Amino acid sequence: MRVVIAGGGMAGTRLAAEIRQRDADVAVTVFGTETRRPYNRVLLSNVLAGTASADQVCLPAPGGGVTARLGVTVTAVDRASRTVRTSAGDVEPYDVLVLATGSEPVVPPIPGAARAIAFRTMDDCDRIIAAAANTPGAVVVGGGLLGVEAARGLAGRGLHVTLLHHGAHLMERQLDAEAGLVLEEALTALGVTVRTGVRVSAIHPHGAELSTGELLESGLVVLACGVRPVVGLARDAGLPVDRGIIVDDHMRTADPAIYAIGECAQHDGTVYGLVAPAWEQAAVVADLVTGAVPEARYRGSRLVTRLKARSIELAAMGETHLTDDPGDAGGAVEVVCFSHRARGIYRKLVIRNDRLVGAILLGEAPTVGTLTQLYDRGAHLPGDPAGLLFNGLDAATPADSPLRMPDSARVCECNNVTKGRIRACWEKGARDAAAVVAATRATTGCGTCRDAVEGLVEWLSQQEEVRA
Amino acid sequence: MKRPESTIEPMPLSLSLPAPVMSQVHLGAATHCPYCALQCGMYVTPAHEGGPVVTPRHDIPANAGALCQKGWTAGELLTNGARLTSPLARADRASPLEPVSWEEALARVAGAVRAVQAAHGPDGVAVFGGGGLTNEKAYLLGKFARVALATSQIDYNGRFCMSSAAAASTRAFGMDRGLPFPVTDIAEADVVLLAGCNVAETMPPFMRHLPAGLIVADPRETRTAARARLHLRVTPGTDLALALGLLHIAITEGYADPAYIEARTTGFQEVRASVASWWPERAERVTGVPVAQMREAVRLLGTAGRAMIITGRGAEQHAKGTDTVTAFINLALALGLPGRAGSGYGCLTGQGNGQGGREHGQKADQLPGNRRIDDPAARAHVAAVWGVDPRDLPGPGRSAYELLDALGTDGGPRALLVFGSNPVVSAPRTGRVAERLAALDLLVVSDIVLSETAAMADIVLPTTQWAEEHGTMTNLEGRVLLRRQAVAPPSGVRSDLAIISALAALLGRGEGFPGEAREVFDELRRASAGGVADYSGITYERVAAGAMYWPVPAEDHPGTPRPFLDRFATPDGRARFLPVDHRPPAEDVDEEYPYYLTTGRVLAQYQSGAQTRRVAALNDAAPEPFVEVHPDLAERLRVAQGDLVRVTSRRGHAEVAARLSRAIRADTVFMPFHWEGANRLTNPALDPVSRMPEFKVCAVRLERAGGPPGAPPGEPRVAPAPGARAGRGREA
Repeated sequence: MRVVIAGGGMAGTRLAAEIRQRDADVAVTVFGTETRRPYNRVLLSNVLAGTASADQVCLPAPGGGVTARLGVTVTAVDRASRTVRTSAGDVEPYDVLVLATGSEPVVPPIPGAARAIAFRTMDDCDRIIAAAANTPGAVVVGGGLLGVEAARGLAGRGLHVTLLHHGAHLMERQLDAEAGLVLEEALTALGVTVRTGVRVSAIHPHGAELSTGELLESGLVVLACGVRPVVGLARDAGLPVDRGIIVDDHMRTADPAIYAIGECAQHDGTVYGLVAPAWEQAAVVADLVTGAVPEARYRGSRLVTRLKARSIELAAMGETHLTDDPGDAGGAVEVVCFSHRARGIYRKLVIRNDRLVGAILLGEAPTVGTLTQLYDRGAHLPGDPAGLLFNGLDAATPADSPLRMPDSARVCECNNVTKGRIRACWEKGARDAAAVVAATRATTGCGTCRDAVEGLVEWLSQQEEVRA
Repeated sequence: MKRPESTIEPMPLSLSLPAPVMSQVHLGAATHCPYCALQCGMYVTPAHEGGPVVTPRHDIPANAGALCQKGWTAGELLTNGARLTSPLARADRASPLEPVSWEEALARVAGAVRAVQAAHGPDGVAVFGGGGLTNEKAYLLGKFARVALATSQIDYNGRFCMSSAAAASTRAFGMDRGLPFPVTDIAEADVVLLAGCNVAETMPPFMRHLPAGLIVADPRETRTAARARLHLRVTPGTDLALALGLLHIAITEGYADPAYIEARTTGFQEVRASVASWWPERAERVTGVPVAQMREAVRLLGTAGRAMIITGRGAEQHAKGTDTVTAFINLALALGLPGRAGSGYGCLTGQGNGQGGREHGQKADQLPGNRRIDDPAARAHVAAVWGVDPRDLPGPGRSAYELLDALGTDGGPRALLVFGSNPVVSAPRTGRVAERLAALDLLVVSDIVLSETAAMADIVLPTTQWAEEHGTMTNLEGRVLLRRQAVAPPSGVRSDLAIISALAALLGRGEGFPGEAREVFDELRRASAGGVADYSGITYERVAAGAMYWPVPAEDHPGTPRPFLDRFATPDGRARFLPVDHRPPAEDVDEEYPYYLTTGRVLAQYQSGAQTRRVAALNDAAPEPFVEVHPDLAERLRVAQGDLVRVTSRRGHAEVAARLSRAIRADTVFMPFHWEGANRLTNPALDPVSRMPEFKVCAVRLERAGGPPGAPPGEPRVAPAPGARAGRGREA
């Protein structure tokens, strides 16, 4: 069988590996527009920030049996003959074609937009880093996830960064207004000037102009205004396209020989812009085309957003905007909130029918692991959800003083010695720790109860003095 | 109990015992604890009212005077009334076990073995050994299978214990020595990461070796985790993703050691590329361990002067255990730890002779000296020592669970000889194991008490234990130790070596199966010579005189406390980075079985409860099985402390008392495996490399059992498995 994958990004590369893992006999050809070996796009923000090198984010080259055509783009699909035409001029036959064409950055239709660098690829990243070396300040346009990461990264490189956002608060897709505000304050503390509710009207050689006419001088303007699915190939081939290429639960387009995965695909009304869904989709397609799991289906993904920005912990998942106002359109939900703006901390849980349907953890995220899993699994929440906001709330109160400790409390686990036995030992005449140890073998195992045993003996001595 | 007509045989060597004199009192034989791989040194004094008395030795650094309750009370094993003192046999399957003479018992075994092999070929008879057997027994059992029985069908319960760590260490370092450094090195480290080890319960005196800079990765807040500076509360079945995430951080945050990687390893580039897909946020989502904690763990390890990474069964007993250990080894290699004095990677061996027991040929794919049975040079060497044609040596056989699973099936063995193991309690999916044992034509069990497995046997052979015999054990640090006889065995029992020797003679192999430990050891030395685990330079005298760490290739060789300082045991001397990837548990939770079950040990019991369930003080401390449940889950199940809970997996169910604890995750329950029950539930999905079953994670559901909420808990805790009786066996 011949599988052709149009797109060598994270979805396409992953699919090639998944197919080979299941069936070494399938011939897989990946066409990718970028000439670099595959890299982890998720980590580009880290490269921009200088916390990872380009080398460190390279993904394994597809293994044996995969033909990787770097720098060659699929330009047309002939569904009748089941062939694709490429930018190199070849015609490649396929039994299965998978469109993994990804998305492209949205460039606002404003004068001078070409002077800015849209942040999408490793090449973009290189250009931004090169430009950053020659300018004291930068403007980042767009306060979504990527824009915030880019602004934080550039600030970390010592630049004066202004982050421009036309929405009322940062990351409005993932955050409610208060979280957006706390995030803004955190960025401000890290040296980023945040301007919300502003519109950029033009990019000039030396800066960005706002719709108010204000000019923000800068040697570097980075665009992070979102992405749009690359669907031209599918549209030209006559496949149904909405915002993305429409696929069913098999990740199949209207043509049973053609699948689409990743950021170019639209499943059940949703176009996913994160890597986790793309990889889940790749696994489903690999299961189906190799026949490994014929009943494999994609049922949609739950989204968890983690900001990758040094010194800012942020996790957001699900329906974070809902409130428990009776009039809220989200239906009956419970909201649990903790806010401590002075420390940059904001935590919110959105609960419906005893299950977590949304959460924000900002500032610190001590319970992020638990919350993510509760959200991912749609699991029941405990009766009192407060423990989900703070670590250690549920720790049992230790019996810290000999007085409060019951006689049945085990002091030495290794030798099963209770407080009662030590007391009995004392009453039989043992007057120091050594005598108690000799009689009970307490402390002779792991040795960690030595302080407790000595403390008890001391307490018993004091009790006796009091009585005397 | 009838006590000795026989006297203590003098140990057949001339050596001056370390002067065990304290307050002018002779403290008895200097020997080692009958339980775990720490092999705490102890004296056993026979003549005391109420039985032999145990006192700790200070000259063995592993415990240096410490003992846990199991060790202190070990003397009771020598006197308790459940001891078998006569061979037992049943006339037919419907009849009860009755005492028979040794002559009759052995003749019946030999006759039945002959009959089965005549009908089904040599592989019709299988052997199942144990990690508690001495080196001599493990060696002779392997030889007995290959030479006297000519069967390939031999494996042992250590497959359930050390096989993943062994496979990963071998492929990374060319050698499988649990700790490739003395245990005392650990206390000198600045930071130690324990992945899936609960030493506070499993080997308490080991806690004394741990430094303040302790990191523990465990789904439960165990007593070990409670002592840690940092506890990574990993989701069951995701240790591999955790290791990958840690390595990703180590590389991107600059903690990797390029000079070490360049000088001492191969394969780094490929591993680096493979962990590029395991950025910390992804690992967090899979493992449930917050990114900040992962970063902190890597920072602690990466900035420590000396650091160690140590794995235990929690990380290893999975269908991906070998890859999980490899991922932790990759992390250790990237940080430049292995083969550096005071740093390194190690695993914590479990059973008393879990190290030596995995080196001398009771493993399906192995010959003595930790050689591969499919290696022509190894076969030629061992065949020469055994005086047989290499072509007559069988090839690799089935692994432990596969062997048990095949018993009595078409093409599977029809007879099984069990030494030092209680698989009907300790194997995964014990319902199936009991069914297969019942389908055999012949089941023979050698044990000290009537274990659950022995109770199913056609013939039971009572054997000597621990302080009643001589032999060597190899502890968790690869140090060979002398087990000395302290008391005479009860009359009527024979040593495993004598049993093997007698059976070999009855099967027409009178030569080459000595029944005396020292003679066996001398042959083991020759058979292991030139192998990875080379014991050829070790003598009883040298072991008695001081620390002997294998390999010891000559009698004038000082032994090898730290084998990797100059080079690794690979052909080119370099350690191997190997790319591995995470995958979910073989059985993940779903709507029908919504909780993870993980299993493990409690302090006062050991393995299948064989020995410990018969010691009164230990039974007082840990009297019954239980399931540990988070209060949030208990509330949802309407279960209170002590209520009887029915725990069900796709393979079986058990009813045990609930023990509420906030130390467990709310999505997970824990059951100790010392009682029949827990392993009815566990999943026999096997690791593709090590054939380790997935003991540490499977999916279960829970229901309140025994009536409506508030009703008193029912009487029966665990219903017996088919054919099993309430006996106990030594085991693993």
